[in-house]
Amino acid sequence: MQNWIDSLIRGWGQDPATWPWAQFVYLAFMGLFAFIVINFAAITAGIFSWAERRVAARMQSRVGPNRVGPFGFLQWIADAVKLLLKEDLVPTEADSVLFRAAPYFMMVGFACVFVCLPFSHTLIVADMNIGIFYILAVTALIVVGIIMSGWSSNSKWSLFGAIRSAAQIISYEIPAGMALMIPVMLAGTLSTQGIIRAQGGFPWQWFIFDNPAAFAAFFIYFISALAEGNRTPFDLPEAESELVSGYNTEYSGMRFSYFFLVEWGNMWIMSALATTMFLGGWQLPGLTPEKFDALTGGIAVVAELASLALFAGKTLFFVFVVMWLRWTLPRIRVDQMMNMCWKYLVPMSFAGVIFVAGWMLAVHAVPVLGVAMRAALFLAGAGAVIAFALRTMKNLRDTGDKFDFTSNW
Amino acid sequence: MSKPLEIPTMDMTSKEVMRRIEYTGDMLLNMGPQHPSTHGVINFLVQTDGEVMKRAIPEVGYLHRSLEKIGERCTYNGYMPYTDRVDYIAAMFANQGWAMAVEKIAGIQVPKYAEYCRVIACELNRISSHLISVGTMAMDVGAVTPFPYALREREFINDLLEELCGARLTYNYLRIGGVAFDLPSGYQEKVTTFLDHFEKILDEFNRLITYNEIFIRRLAHLAPIPQQMAIDYCLVGPNLRASGVNFDVRKQLPYSVYPGLQFDIPLGKGEQGTQGDAWDRFWCRVEEMRQSCRILRQCLAQIPKEHDIMGKVPRKIKVPEGTEGYSRIESARGDMQYYVVAGAGENAHRVKIRTGSFTAMGIIDALSRGLMIADLVALIASLDVVAPEIDR
Repeated sequence: MQNWIDSLIRGWGQDPATWPWAQFVYLAFMGLFAFIVINFAAITAGIFSWAERRVAARMQSRVGPNRVGPFGFLQWIADAVKLLLKEDLVPTEADSVLFRAAPYFMMVGFACVFVCLPFSHTLIVADMNIGIFYILAVTALIVVGIIMSGWSSNSKWSLFGAIRSAAQIISYEIPAGMALMIPVMLAGTLSTQGIIRAQGGFPWQWFIFDNPAAFAAFFIYFISALAEGNRTPFDLPEAESELVSGYNTEYSGMRFSYFFLVEWGNMWIMSALATTMFLGGWQLPGLTPEKFDALTGGIAVVAELASLALFAGKTLFFVFVVMWLRWTLPRIRVDQMMNMCWKYLVPMSFAGVIFVAGWMLAVHAVPVLGVAMRAALFLAGAGAVIAFALRTMKNLRDTGDKFDFTSNW
Repeated sequence: MSKPLEIPTMDMTSKEVMRRIEYTGDMLLNMGPQHPSTHGVINFLVQTDGEVMKRAIPEVGYLHRSLEKIGERCTYNGYMPYTDRVDYIAAMFANQGWAMAVEKIAGIQVPKYAEYCRVIACELNRISSHLISVGTMAMDVGAVTPFPYALREREFINDLLEELCGARLTYNYLRIGGVAFDLPSGYQEKVTTFLDHFEKILDEFNRLITYNEIFIRRLAHLAPIPQQMAIDYCLVGPNLRASGVNFDVRKQLPYSVYPGLQFDIPLGKGEQGTQGDAWDRFWCRVEEMRQSCRILRQCLAQIPKEHDIMGKVPRKIKVPEGTEGYSRIESARGDMQYYVVAGAGENAHRVKIRTGSFTAMGIIDALSRGLMIADLVALIASLDVVAPEIDR
């Protein structure tokens, strides 16, 4: 975005490097973008709260919120208004300063990530050259907020949730970070836009199908991201059947909703990162990034919108998968959660990084090896999708149509 | 640092237990009586060292409503609606136990047709009770979807029972000497339609949760109850049978029309872990629903043609004072027993109800040692305790 502001300043007949007011222009635009980004994050999270309830209801043979607006779409606004009007309770025994501050730590850690998330070919707030590193770093702020909320609540259930969460998020950051290193190695850059540019528009050009380690890394990343986002089957910190509500038990009103805002917004972050790193991001099939850069006029706008839609589509699909998993799977136990991370995911991700290093040398020497592996993995992936669809259809056939709900027989 | 906790005695109040726990340096966690997964108002005093529990002491009595004392104040017929409240998830069984106990002391014969009506109502109720049980158990392990699935099927049973007796939860359907209402017209077809649908849903339920890998890993090997221990702690019903003890009142001490019916007793085999573990208890309930479907189909085929729903019952049931009666039935939660001593007038001198949930609470302390907090929730759910049945 800096280039864009610079060209704007040049358009006013000033040189951004020497014009004294340039810093203020930058500041104003930073404020504007921060406003846009925080609103985007909050509104997406709000819409996801509605979407999740609708998806859950559909999966559970229920109706879900359907009163406010078409298909109940405005439910999230109604909920936000309700939560804003609720009393902001602070328990007497709680450490009130930490208790009040905790949600903001979560919000900061969550909103900062959006700075580096790409949305389309040009739409990104700041395409930093340390993008992935920055995202991993600011995500860790969330755990500070969770521990603060759990400790300051002075409730045993909250403390349990906070300690579980700390153990979980810190452990799973390691496999997630290592898994993300694989696309970074393949692309040779930490910049999110750079990683997308290193891939291609067609599925077999994506990093997920580049080599077996990248294929595994995608799943390692996805599992770890679920754990970092406290989503089922890793929702131990807020396991409502065990810990009442975990670290947010004592919260009420808007402060309570911040925790859920972060949880739902995290779904966009984890899915957008998976799309960026492994699934080709906004790359349009048949349009290389160089050709994309060269486009001008109306066709450039169309391509831009198409890339935005493609990126959002891929991301929303994974958001749906996350919801789908949540309403299907049981929760794992604390010891199982730690076992899975330290005994399986961490060694696998380290082995993957070493494998990719060797693989890149091998492909450099024998390029046809890379093409063959891409073809084989793409076919394997397509086969898995078809097998899944067939299995689903068989299950549907076995159970038959659902019982008639409407006639009340 | 931490010294072993003294075993609390009967006269120790919960406050004393707490004080002793604090002394050891462990954390005391009051799980309940408002905790979401204690299935009603039960309190567990949990002594924990982090996630691992040292022990969990169940504290019962929050839902005591003096039902046995009420039984001494009401007439024999008048007590029938109260028995619904003994176990509101499976009210039909509590009805049946009371009816059978009074019929025994008063020497009342129940017509064959009414016996079939009772068994049909009871087995429908057993399915609905087990649906709640397996649904909440899955929910306590963290899978939310099986619970609405189970409730959706339970709605159909509730509709059927509502058509039969007008109530959806506390049925008050049985009468001493028979049943209150005849089966409505076309009831056989409706039940058969439901059963055809439900057996498919059971398979779907198994695919969704019973054989789910995470679910198995959570429940297999969890709190296994060896056969001898299950007998020692007086466990009954599916909890006992999951440990491999073949005892079902319907088979071993048959009553009503059960001798003429063909059905199997599912026994825990340790298919995914140890025999008698929590997964076996879950599986036993799922299989019992299948067997209940079999029983229902046979009942619908065998039911007599003449619609004789009440036996000869005197307007005022008077029994010689001191006559004792005892009935045992297989409730959804196992061996339910009514002991009644006739009083001088139209009411009983003493009523005692023995329920499965109360004895199941006794074993939790012994099983909970060394489990994790998450396991305690699964353990309570797997024993299928219902708060009103514990306290009565």
